[in-house]
Amino acid sequence: MIDTNVDLFNWPFRRVVGDDPASLVTNLRSKGVTQAWVCSYEALLCRDLTGVNARLASAATQFGLNFLVPFGSISPKLPDWREDLRRCVEVHRMPGIRLHPNYHGYTLDDPAVGELLALAAGKKLLVQIAVSMEDVRTQNPLMKIPPVDPGPLVGLLTRLPDLRVQLLNAGYHAGVNTGHIDDISRLENLHFDFACQESVAGLAKLIAQTSPNRVAFGSHYPFFYFESSFLKVYEALLPAEQEMAVMEGNARRLIGEGALAAGRN
Amino acid sequence: MINARRASRREFIQQTGLAAAGIAGGMGTSADWREPISHAASAASQARESVLTIAAVGSVLQSYRIWDVHAHLDRFTGATTEEKVEDCLHWADRMGVERMLLLTVASFGSGDEPDHPNPEDLRRMNDECIKAVRKAPDRFFGCAFMNPNYMQACLDEINRCVRDGPLIGLKFEFDTPRHPDDGPHPVTYGAPRDLSVLDPIFQRAGELNAVIMHHTFMSTLGPQNVGESTPFEIVEVAKLHPNVTVICGHTGGTWELGIWPLRGVNNVYADLSGSDPTSGYTEMAVRELGVEHVLYGSDIEGRSFASQISKVLGANIPDSSRHLILGGNMRRLMESVARARVIKT
Repeated sequence: MIDTNVDLFNWPFRRVVGDDPASLVTNLRSKGVTQAWVCSYEALLCRDLTGVNARLASAATQFGLNFLVPFGSISPKLPDWREDLRRCVEVHRMPGIRLHPNYHGYTLDDPAVGELLALAAGKKLLVQIAVSMEDVRTQNPLMKIPPVDPGPLVGLLTRLPDLRVQLLNAGYHAGVNTGHIDDISRLENLHFDFACQESVAGLAKLIAQTSPNRVAFGSHYPFFYFESSFLKVYEALLPAEQEMAVMEGNARRLIGEGALAAGRN
Repeated sequence: MINARRASRREFIQQTGLAAAGIAGGMGTSADWREPISHAASAASQARESVLTIAAVGSVLQSYRIWDVHAHLDRFTGATTEEKVEDCLHWADRMGVERMLLLTVASFGSGDEPDHPNPEDLRRMNDECIKAVRKAPDRFFGCAFMNPNYMQACLDEINRCVRDGPLIGLKFEFDTPRHPDDGPHPVTYGAPRDLSVLDPIFQRAGELNAVIMHHTFMSTLGPQNVGESTPFEIVEVAKLHPNVTVICGHTGGTWELGIWPLRGVNNVYADLSGSDPTSGYTEMAVRELGVEHVLYGSDIEGRSFASQISKVLGANIPDSSRHLILGGNMRRLMESVARARVIKT
């Protein structure tokens, strides 16, 4: 089982189980996870993403060699973000990056996003975009962070057909579903996890709406109970081959090219 | 309805790793993500693991004998209530849910505001709930919907649906204890309210031993509807009627704020349903309220059984506590209700 949606370190507003890397690795292994794609909760609020990504890469090596796959955080609104991107690839040998547009104060129609995605495509990076991290209804009142509008991806990904993007935590937020889902679900180079997919058998509905090949397991652990996504797989009553694809196969295909590129570096 | 073998917790952990923090690892592959991936080896490994892992879940869920205190039929597939019942039970069977407390079956219709049903709405909604309970009496308990802005209609519905009918509880949504014309509740909670408006309903509920389920939410964005209540108000009402069992729906949603008003109030129970499966929720509820005062609920079909059950299965609490939260506590409450109804009838 590959978990494509995990974070290391401390959630800014609450202690969560597994917020030290050693415990997180132990917990995930005990649940049957064989590989976890991790970013850092530090990336949400820290401006020194260079340091954030260095600590992430170090922890992945120290506590989860061959298990934790680090995804660096990039904000195209920070100075010299291109150097951060270069380090993710050339220094930390990361196969992908994770974006948090809503926490970093930009929208996907910002021109800088187009440049970042084009660079990522050139480096064969997998780009994860976290649509949301927490239900806006339960956020600290000093930090109201609405979900990302993924609508601009229609144009961006059409212009960058070789770019692979995975939307994390799309789905149910504060009583409504992610906007523009009908438009973006048709994009062949856009992939999904289902940590925030709700309603009974919501995973099966997402697959029907997108493709059996473009949905990969993601738990949003440790902020969410890991078992939520795991039980969603069971609840969905998927055919065996789809279940295998969701649990691991789709993630392996998704990261494959980036992993090879990182290995060459 | 559920006759599959009962899997032990140990078997569950061995086979799935679910909720098994602290159990020894060693299940990981040695594949380096930087190395070319052997798809054939991966597929073979996955075939072995996922079939065993997912296949074990059903029997484990059944072992908990899950009773769900927060279910809606509105969004299930079907043109009729009977068809929605069939669809709901299909998924409940899948997830090992034995019984559900039905809160609404038909959506609001002709009320002036969508969440404030008028007397005609109430009667129609409660008719559908009765229909669902009669369709599957061994799977559903039902609640009669209330809107205390129409007090006489509520009392009439209690007599019709609970005293003379098959329903065992009352459901409040956005109307208590504030009236729609009160405007949004203030950001600072605990402002004085006139709670006596609910006395006739709560007194009647006490006489009939009816359970009360009350929606609560404390959104950072403010109330999603005029009159939306919080656990603070529900606790105050419940204290005035200590003989009435009150379930605090969603425990306020923002559970770090919603749990603590419930501390030490013996007749109020925390319903875990209807919010994201954020880790720590169940642990805090058990820690602050005692496991006997925590109930599993799903809020289907807006939510999934999966995400809501995970709040209990994934929690770092003893397995005996999981059994109580997922079903034991509600069975205890319902035994009391059933005994009383037998005596009264």
